[in-house]
Amino acid sequence: MSTVTAPTKDVPGKSRNLVEMNWDPITRIVGSLGIFTKIDFEAKKVAECHSTSSIFRGYSIFMKGKDPRDAHFITSRICGICGDNHATCATYAQNMAFGVRPPDIAEWIVNLGEAAEYMFDHNIFQDNLVGVDFCEQMVKETNPKVLAKAESTAAPHSNEHGFRTIADIMRALNPFTGSFYLEALQMSRMTREMFCLMEGRHVHPSTLYPGGVGTVPTVQLFTDYIVRLMKYVEFMKKVLPLHDDLFDFFYDALPGYEEVGRRRILLGCWGSFQNPKVCDYKYEHMTEWGRAMYVTPGVVVDGKLVTTDLVDINLNMRILLGSSYYDDWKNSETFVKTDPLGNPVDKNHPWNQTTIPRPQKRDFNGKYTWVMSPRWLDKRTGDHLALDTGGGPIARLWATALAGLVDIGYIKATGHSVKIYLPKTMSKPEVEFEWKIPKWSNAIERDRARTYFQAYAAGCALYFAERAMEELHGGKTKTWSDFKVPEEAIGCGFHEAVRGVLSHHVVIRKGKIANYHPYPPTPWNANPRDIYGTPGPYEDAVQNTPIFEENGPDKFKGIDIMRAVRSFDPCLPCGVHMYLGGGKVLKTQHSPMFGVQR
Amino acid sequence: MGTSTVPYGRSTQKAPAVKEVHILWITAGLGCDGDSVSITAATQPSVEDVVLGAIPGLPKVHLHNPVLAYEVGDDFMKFFYDAEEGKLEPFVLVVEGSIPNENIKKEGYWAAMGTDPTTNQPITTNEWIDRLTPKALAVIAIGTCATYGGIHAMEGNPTGCMGLADYLGWDWRSKAGLPIVNVPGCPVQPDNFMETVLYLLYQVAGLAPMIPLDDQLRPTWLFGRTVHEGCDRAGYYEQGDFAEVYGSPKCIVKLGCWGPVVNCNVPKRGWMAGIGGCPNVGGICIGCTMPGFPDKFMPFMDEPPGGRVSSSAIGVYGRAIRSLRSITQNTVNKEPKWRHPRAELTTGYHPRSY
Repeated sequence: MSTVTAPTKDVPGKSRNLVEMNWDPITRIVGSLGIFTKIDFEAKKVAECHSTSSIFRGYSIFMKGKDPRDAHFITSRICGICGDNHATCATYAQNMAFGVRPPDIAEWIVNLGEAAEYMFDHNIFQDNLVGVDFCEQMVKETNPKVLAKAESTAAPHSNEHGFRTIADIMRALNPFTGSFYLEALQMSRMTREMFCLMEGRHVHPSTLYPGGVGTVPTVQLFTDYIVRLMKYVEFMKKVLPLHDDLFDFFYDALPGYEEVGRRRILLGCWGSFQNPKVCDYKYEHMTEWGRAMYVTPGVVVDGKLVTTDLVDINLNMRILLGSSYYDDWKNSETFVKTDPLGNPVDKNHPWNQTTIPRPQKRDFNGKYTWVMSPRWLDKRTGDHLALDTGGGPIARLWATALAGLVDIGYIKATGHSVKIYLPKTMSKPEVEFEWKIPKWSNAIERDRARTYFQAYAAGCALYFAERAMEELHGGKTKTWSDFKVPEEAIGCGFHEAVRGVLSHHVVIRKGKIANYHPYPPTPWNANPRDIYGTPGPYEDAVQNTPIFEENGPDKFKGIDIMRAVRSFDPCLPCGVHMYLGGGKVLKTQHSPMFGVQR
Repeated sequence: MGTSTVPYGRSTQKAPAVKEVHILWITAGLGCDGDSVSITAATQPSVEDVVLGAIPGLPKVHLHNPVLAYEVGDDFMKFFYDAEEGKLEPFVLVVEGSIPNENIKKEGYWAAMGTDPTTNQPITTNEWIDRLTPKALAVIAIGTCATYGGIHAMEGNPTGCMGLADYLGWDWRSKAGLPIVNVPGCPVQPDNFMETVLYLLYQVAGLAPMIPLDDQLRPTWLFGRTVHEGCDRAGYYEQGDFAEVYGSPKCIVKLGCWGPVVNCNVPKRGWMAGIGGCPNVGGICIGCTMPGFPDKFMPFMDEPPGGRVSSSAIGVYGRAIRSLRSITQNTVNKEPKWRHPRAELTTGYHPRSY
């Protein structure tokens, strides 16, 4: 069954003069993404959208028959910016399959590593990649009137961040020359040092194992981490007001900007940061330990929290085909008929998926991508929902806020907001920030949530460091629990990769991997139309995005489209191209070379 | 310019033999972009040191990497089309990700970058390599995927992928006579790569001789020693003192570390800023810089088969050494007997004035 994923804003029957334009590749993201658009310049709107991937590697195929203990080393290599999220998620699935519970201090160490990853990755993406879309050079080229207004608009929080006007903030974001761009790049190195303290190496960790970590917990380990963390905390006290000023300005300067990248509120979050006091990795207790995570798992539909139950989240995952270069697996083996609680497991669930690649010509009216279409079955309606992650933070904060479960001193979920308390630092007093549930799931709010989640991760890290040192001071320094690989087992891991939901599903037979299917955020966000015709989230969010850029078609940069797409923090080592446009092609051109037919 | 008008400091500086160099970077192999991300962590030198001209004597560098570029779409691809047409001289090509075998199937593609305007089909990564490598001054393969195939080339893979030298031929030479330069690592250690770029820029500037490479085309100063030789846990090995569980600070060869036979400098150099690494911080070396990676090191968490003999052999000797050392260590842990608060001086000095 299909579901409407975006409000329809088109006037039916009206003839439209569409111009096809493409940007391939989209830069300043991870992986290769191209955008093919048809734009209605009269209505100042993007017409339609398809999304397609250009690279296939075949993890689910070459992992078959391998030792299940190798899964986290192998799957880390799926992603070059959040590989550690994969490694971590894989160890969660291994722990379940092997029936092993790591010592508490190992979980705190992993949580500290993953917190550093969020602090690093959101920072470099926000201020060195996305930030360029909001920098002076870019705004000058796309919206000179907006830049002129920025020059004369005082930054409301200049006391906190030191930039007098909004244009000063924009100048500071200019690539390789802006002061804030360079400061953020430096900071992204310091947070990676924090990461390396806990997980050995960035981006493919060396010290993670099923059963715990190889990291040696010493006084120095935590000293080295905490002094760096406090520098980051101080940095956040500047960064958060800076981004609030910048993003609020765009709503002011360009009324209607909330429509850019807007889609129906359909958010998924699989939860992050295990609580070792509760988590025993037993599937039978997954509902309980899922809700004990320090980022609450949840599905948010139209602003309502549908579930926080990981068992529910797990069982309703569906992997659909429709526009992807694969054969159906309905005649392949069903590996898992029921879960350990006795619930039936669907044939289109990752545990039962068989990947059968069929390379072929790209046909935008047929098969056009290597990405499959993950959906979440809403049992209330029977809809296969095309959930998105909004790049991660907006879904995490939204689910956590509504659930109201997290309350750890530095972080408090209130039921309608998330409060973040940051203690005094070298030159700035203590401060409390509050992320409030926004009105829209759109480009600006995805970007804003990213900054708030950086502060959230820092607050969590402060809490985890305290817990880890309690263990250390109590002499509990064992970091690893032994285990045996069973002959037959299944496992699943749920985590939040930096840019959103991440799951790993493994089936073990005769002590080897019989089936393995990871589902990172990008397949959720960048997927094509499924068999029911439901478009993927990028397709849906870019479709009908209004155009605010001042340039006409001859110098068109597509900045509003770029902001819409980059707000999802595309991470496409699996390679994704987007094709936007349906209907009749009237004119083709490659931006920005107007009139040049290649 | 007369010498009188040149400030004295400039007399030591020469203009580089080549004024400007473009670095064209293809990330569209079968990879994860982890090497591009990795180099943003480098500080010795940093990417901005190189791009902003912070190191004297080098040509001006124009970097065209899709993860960092300001330009989007055709503005970005223009550099690649220009290079193909010989309009972007000179340029260094960096290839990231392994090279799939596009000849094993009837149609479609495994890896692509950009769209062919005439067919509206993706342009394969292999096609770009074919177009650009004959024009490049030098070609660098970054990371283990591009150098030797890596993870995506493991047994049972569906794409038949391989390293760049497997694809172009191990005897391949650039038009300037350089072999492919391989900088392996999964991902590449940040400074290892940026330092290799720096060396090549010195070479292009006429300030350094031909880059020294071993028979696997690796820079010799980076990959000439083993993990074990640079590991601060090697002392435990010498004493036959091996960790039985992960999280121990001792030598972890019995837990799956391949350090004694792997060419890599990470434990010595750390991962970044001297922090992190692999066996030095409790992570088994899984051989991620090696041509045989990953298959020859799997399953990773078992003791390497060859290691059992040498670690048992060291056992007897190591235990003896350890016990002798502990006697000496006890001695040196005690202060000399003349340090005391008693009302007498026993240091051996005999005062005459007090």
